[in-house]
Amino acid sequence: MWNVLYVMWVRQIKRYWRSKARIIGSIGQPLLFLLAMGFGLGPVFERAGKGNYITFLAPGVMGQAILFMAIFNGVELIWDRQFGFLKETLVAPVPRFQIVLGRVLGGATIATLQGLIVFVLTLFVGFKPQNLLLLPLAVVLMFLIALFYTSLGTAIASLMEDFHGFQLIMNFLVMPTFFLSGALFPLESAPSVLKSISRVNPLTYGVDGLREIFSGVIQIDLANNTLLLTICSLLLLMICSYLFSKIEA
Amino acid sequence: MGEENNLKKVIVIKNLTKKFNDFTAVDKISFDVGEGEVFAFLGPNGAGKTTTIRILTTLLRPTNGDVRINGFDPLYQQDEVRESFGIVFQDSSLDEELTAKENMDFHGVLYKIPNDIREKRVQDLLETVDLWDRKDAFVKTFSGGMRRRLEIARALLHHPKIFFMDEPTLGLDAQTRNKIWERILELNHKYKTTIFFTTHYLEEAEKMAGRIAIIDKGRIVALGSVDELKNQTNTSTLEEAYLSLTGKDIRDENLSSLERMRMHLRNRRKR
Repeated sequence: MWNVLYVMWVRQIKRYWRSKARIIGSIGQPLLFLLAMGFGLGPVFERAGKGNYITFLAPGVMGQAILFMAIFNGVELIWDRQFGFLKETLVAPVPRFQIVLGRVLGGATIATLQGLIVFVLTLFVGFKPQNLLLLPLAVVLMFLIALFYTSLGTAIASLMEDFHGFQLIMNFLVMPTFFLSGALFPLESAPSVLKSISRVNPLTYGVDGLREIFSGVIQIDLANNTLLLTICSLLLLMICSYLFSKIEA
Repeated sequence: MGEENNLKKVIVIKNLTKKFNDFTAVDKISFDVGEGEVFAFLGPNGAGKTTTIRILTTLLRPTNGDVRINGFDPLYQQDEVRESFGIVFQDSSLDEELTAKENMDFHGVLYKIPNDIREKRVQDLLETVDLWDRKDAFVKTFSGGMRRRLEIARALLHHPKIFFMDEPTLGLDAQTRNKIWERILELNHKYKTTIFFTTHYLEEAEKMAGRIAIIDKGRIVALGSVDELKNQTNTSTLEEAYLSLTGKDIRDENLSSLERMRMHLRNRRKR
């Protein structure tokens, strides 16, 4: 089993590492948020007495980078279906659970790496984490966010035949998930409808957890966040595994 | 039809049926293929060839009928069935972002081939298909013929009992086709592998296959050696026999069974 997980995992990593354009391209959007929103809205945020906006925004942008990369890695399954490689794994004499687990772990690792790259970028725009020794804890949380959204992307891709639905996912799932996670603005002053939606959004707990680790701004308990994300990730991984096992080609 | 009688049956198909909604892609077909045979499965576009191969290789569930691959049931003994065959699909199934050797190694790990044996076999097979000197090149830099040769080498890495090839030489020039077939037959002799292939090149089937099954509109319309098919239809070439059995109408006007299958899967998901 470990060999199968490893070979699926390492394939994802190799594909990511070899696509330098993808690595560079995927830091464009987080950079834009950090620079445009961070410096643009920073003074307003401070005047409103909410403190340093970069300190608030940086964990949210890390969450955004992980979310986008994780969903993209999951949806990459459609590429494999379209370009034929999926069939090679579907006819292999190994349980499909192992195939999909290896894929998801590979995708989640890449998304975590992406989160770490953005973490380094935030340091250059003035983000000052309170305690760098807590970084390993942040990595665990980043991985859980990545695991959840890679599983979600893979589950959705298991149901899709082609790329036509991809834009739908971006516009109606990824963007709302990001905007309603408290990544860009504090949720305590948001209307109750938005607050309610954000409470069922797993990214909210991930971003809150990261913010707590890096900035010490506690909104929801860190242990609860981690536990909730773990449970959600495992549940989604099971759903994703079931849907993947039903793929016919 | 005497040749197969002396051989152990590695593919057994009885009354196999596959329906996509109200369309019957494969309609109660039955035949056997013996160990070490080179067997051609011919038919016009949309006749049911690819659907049949997908059922035999566990990618699709049949609606009815009974199938045995190397003695195993594709519905309930999927891992055993999957270990028994290698396949070259109609479209490429290589990872273009990996090198030739990485594609081979990936396959070897999935088929649980120990590292030392894998290394040796990868070299042996890549040399056989003349790709050893390009082992570290990315597949995306390969020509169509090189990709086909690599897929053939990869499918044989775990020494399958049965080798399915769905139009393995489609779109290739005559030189590449000849070279590929030379290698396939070499491997057939070397490993006693059963070859089950589809093709639209009738001269290829005539030259290579010991026996031929012709499928049309989901039904087997003829089965036997090239001479038996010619005798049965009173014709002098396989092409004439084939046209006499399947007619001269162009079949692309209707959706092929593959397209129907895709539509069926899409509709099922929508429901």
